[in-house]
Amino acid sequence: MTQEQSQTSAPGSAAVDVLLRDYLRQPGVADELFDPGGQIRPVWSAFLTELARLDPSDVDRSFARADQYLRDAGVFFRHYSSDPLQERAWPLSHVPVILAAHEWDTICSGLQQRADLLERVAADLYGAGELVRKGHLPARLIAGNPQWLRPMVGVQPASGHFLHSMAFEIGRGPDGRWFVLSDRAQAPSGAGFALENRMATTRIFPQPFPRARVQRLAGFFRAFRETMERLPDMSGRLSAILTPGPSTDTYFEHMYIARYLGLMLLEGDDLLVDDGEVKVRTVEGLKPIGVLWRRLDADFADPMELNEYSQIGTPGLVEALRSGYPHMINALGVGVLETRAMMAFLPKISEILTGETLRLPNIATWWCGQRAERDYVKKNVDRMVISDALSCALPFNIPDTDAGVSMRPGARQDRCLADRIDADGPALVGQEAVTLSTTPVWFNGRLVPRPMTVRVFAARTPEGWTFMPGGYARIGREGEATSLAMQDGGAVADVWIMNEARAPRDTLFGSGRTFREEPGFLPSRAADNLFWLGRYIERTESTIRLLRAYHHRFAEAGNPDEPLLRDLQAYLSGVGTDVTVPVPQALNDLLMAAQTCAGRVRDRFSTDGWAALQDLAATQTSMTGITEPGDEAARAMRVLLRKITAFSGLVHENMYRFTGWRFLSLGRALERSDAMAAALAQFADRSAPIGALDLMVEYGDSVMTHQRRYRIETGRQSVVDLLALDHDNPRAILFQLRAMCTMAEALPGAVDEGQVSDVLRMLLPLETELAVAHPDEMTTRRLTSLRSQLAEVSRVVSSRYLI
Amino acid sequence: MRYDVTLALNYDYGGPADHARNMLRVLPRDLPGRQLVSSEQVTVDPLPCERRDTVDFFGNRVTQLAFEEPVRQLEIKMHARVDVFAAEPAFDLSPRPETLCDDLAGLRDIGPNAPHHFLHASPRVPLDRDMTAWAQAQVPRGMTTCETVLQIGAALGRDMHFDSTVTDVDTPPAQAFRNRRGVCQDFSHVMIACLRGLGIPAGYVSGFLRTEPPVGQPRLSGADAMHAWVRAWCGGQAGWIEYDPTNTVVAGLDHLVIGYGRDYADIAPVRGAVRAAGLQMSGHTVDVVPWLSARGTMPV
Repeated sequence: MTQEQSQTSAPGSAAVDVLLRDYLRQPGVADELFDPGGQIRPVWSAFLTELARLDPSDVDRSFARADQYLRDAGVFFRHYSSDPLQERAWPLSHVPVILAAHEWDTICSGLQQRADLLERVAADLYGAGELVRKGHLPARLIAGNPQWLRPMVGVQPASGHFLHSMAFEIGRGPDGRWFVLSDRAQAPSGAGFALENRMATTRIFPQPFPRARVQRLAGFFRAFRETMERLPDMSGRLSAILTPGPSTDTYFEHMYIARYLGLMLLEGDDLLVDDGEVKVRTVEGLKPIGVLWRRLDADFADPMELNEYSQIGTPGLVEALRSGYPHMINALGVGVLETRAMMAFLPKISEILTGETLRLPNIATWWCGQRAERDYVKKNVDRMVISDALSCALPFNIPDTDAGVSMRPGARQDRCLADRIDADGPALVGQEAVTLSTTPVWFNGRLVPRPMTVRVFAARTPEGWTFMPGGYARIGREGEATSLAMQDGGAVADVWIMNEARAPRDTLFGSGRTFREEPGFLPSRAADNLFWLGRYIERTESTIRLLRAYHHRFAEAGNPDEPLLRDLQAYLSGVGTDVTVPVPQALNDLLMAAQTCAGRVRDRFSTDGWAALQDLAATQTSMTGITEPGDEAARAMRVLLRKITAFSGLVHENMYRFTGWRFLSLGRALERSDAMAAALAQFADRSAPIGALDLMVEYGDSVMTHQRRYRIETGRQSVVDLLALDHDNPRAILFQLRAMCTMAEALPGAVDEGQVSDVLRMLLPLETELAVAHPDEMTTRRLTSLRSQLAEVSRVVSSRYLI
Repeated sequence: MRYDVTLALNYDYGGPADHARNMLRVLPRDLPGRQLVSSEQVTVDPLPCERRDTVDFFGNRVTQLAFEEPVRQLEIKMHARVDVFAAEPAFDLSPRPETLCDDLAGLRDIGPNAPHHFLHASPRVPLDRDMTAWAQAQVPRGMTTCETVLQIGAALGRDMHFDSTVTDVDTPPAQAFRNRRGVCQDFSHVMIACLRGLGIPAGYVSGFLRTEPPVGQPRLSGADAMHAWVRAWCGGQAGWIEYDPTNTVVAGLDHLVIGYGRDYADIAPVRGAVRAAGLQMSGHTVDVVPWLSARGTMPV
């Protein structure tokens, strides 16, 4: 009796049968769950048994747990086409793909050979050029390739290698054999998402049984991180991830890996070339970079020598690389390896360079620039997908038609296509239209088969290539291999590599070595964003407080022409806020600005803080239906105020007191003292209408304190004393000036050779002045000049630390 | 013919530019049999903190500059003495454009002079249906590649008007072509797009043009110009020919080559990058003085 039979006849097999009732496999298509003989593959049996034990509502609840985890962790990816701030929830297909370790090892051995081959091809294309000279690669495929970067020709990587990080998209064909669909070398993405897939999937089955033999993922990252540290000449140099920025579809992953591995997350603008070396601008000055893990397409990396219109690059980077540094993971220009037409030549190149055939074949590809190949493609066009020879896109993203000609088999215009191939041969490849294997997904309480591919991540270590054991599969939505592009709504699943025996425990943090040394240097751009985040949040709060006060009074008086209401309206309109709209556009703009700043420093932020900010913005958006001023609007402002306080609370209670937090707090304190000075100049002026002082006390959240401390009606003296000169009231200007001094004293270079920094030199006299001032000295004129001094402080902070 | 060439370029940064970097391609290059540079100098004001003289992929001469102190203005001066030699008149050995691909397929080369670089869309010259269709309409069947190049160049000279008011350094070729107006950069980009559309490898030449003063008038100093024209590959035997579509002539003794690229982006005289500031050209003078006339004795 075989193992499959014993499993299916075990207790619970009837339930497994129910689970699989709708699992209708297509003839001629390989399947992950069933072997060609129609038996359940042994690696799946434990999982199936476990799943069958749950009733469908339990399964749904378990799956919901995984989704909740992903939402809580803030896992998202972005749509290329839509609004840059539009984030899409991670589309997890909850049922993992399960593969046996021995099968996986075979795959990895093939990919190891392939990675080494690609390294040699890269070295040749940017070095000797023998492959073209000897006719193994057509010259025009390279010279006409936008990914082959001429300025990089002749530049030797200091690390000794072009490739350090690779990904391969692989699939299983109808004959059961695995093959490569695409090589990813430019900036392979997905490894971070794979970790999150695993974290989420882990939550589906709280009991360890089905997972005990699953190989763990964390070791892969550890190996990679250690390799980065061990590259030549890394001492005294920093390691960083270079990202195109928050509007990239995979920004979440950049952030995630930066946080997970303790790397700086930098944009091109954070870097500059100084004295021939790439350095990062930090609040402590320029610091040299040793290694850049590049998630930015190479063409954008340097506007001086590559794409001249790039706004996200670092001028001079290529020239710096010529003299060796930093190490690039991967070298600029390796994107050429992803070219689809390369697949047509790699099998032969392997034999020529290494004397070995490819252990893992790639998808059969014919370049139509050669007569024999072109004729073959034309003759077999009904089982080919025709596409752009130079494209680096994954094969699922091939358009159905191009200039009105159907590029896929089965269409009725094969004549047109043949003409097109004749006319445009060198620009086209034909690729075998392979049917991918299917794997189970959960659908309406049952398992159903869907097509899939697996993404395999590889990292170079001193001992050779190491592979992430599973973690990432794409799942097609319908029964055909063309629907796999995630941008178009496919899903992603975890991949479990099952050992024969229990897998050893292995996490990054449990390894006895921690990568997060000290919080590290703060890039100036990050500091700038934190500073402005602090300012925008405080400005939002101040606006909300004034709006609340307005609507509160409007509800009581019912007459917008009351002197105080008129003043308030004019005051708010002076800062761009229109009180006649209950939830003014200005609030929306401020929150957008805050979110933009926060979005650019998400790697330095707690997930909770980010969620609180999103919640605040969502609440504000949902309030646009409020149309009447007065009570309802005042209530809305109270809700917003509570939410913004929640955000500030999270930041100030939970954020580690490193330099970044100081810039955030400095921005907040500066904005708060400025807003208070502005409001006092208006509403504590001797000419202000009746009720203005009470308004100030309410705005300053100090009604109770005023009563307790002065036990009198509000008067100008008591109000100015409490809101400007009190060192214990967090709403008072003096309190905030002190906070700013404390913050500035802790910033880099606060005191240098006995000299205080220019920021402190401005703040200290202000603090002293207010500490001894009498309320009468804080005239409207003085409050106004104080505001320009504060503006000067902000300018000096910027030029000293943030540019 | 021997020339003394001087170039002065002035740039404005529109405010102090922090950590400015520049890449200059202003020095003429040696071209065996065609052009020989016997003395040369590039000076820059203010003085950069780093300067490196190198050669780019296509063999053009590059001067890399980096500044540490904020820069507001930049002045670049170049002086060179250049001998230009007349090309031997040659038989037209070029194949027809339709069979040029056979010559190309046989060339296993991705070195700087390989025609393959110049066959496809490049950063500033995308292939364009309209230009290709126009080009096809200009060429009677049966012409050789060389004839085709001259025919396209002449047709452009006929249909396009020199007009320095309608385009700038960033104007896409398709736009210049639609308006049939532009300056030498536009003429050259349009011609390149047309030739590539016909399957003929074509590249951009940056250089200097000696201009003749009107009869009876003295040479005005600074009246010459930086110039651009086109080179096209006419098959394995005929090789490269250079054509100036702005002046509808084959490039000859009046054309001094700085360098070659796929389009302007590869060979722009100044590429600069500054943070938070723009780089604007504010002045540009060129003198291409024939050596003998510089000494006051015109050859008879």
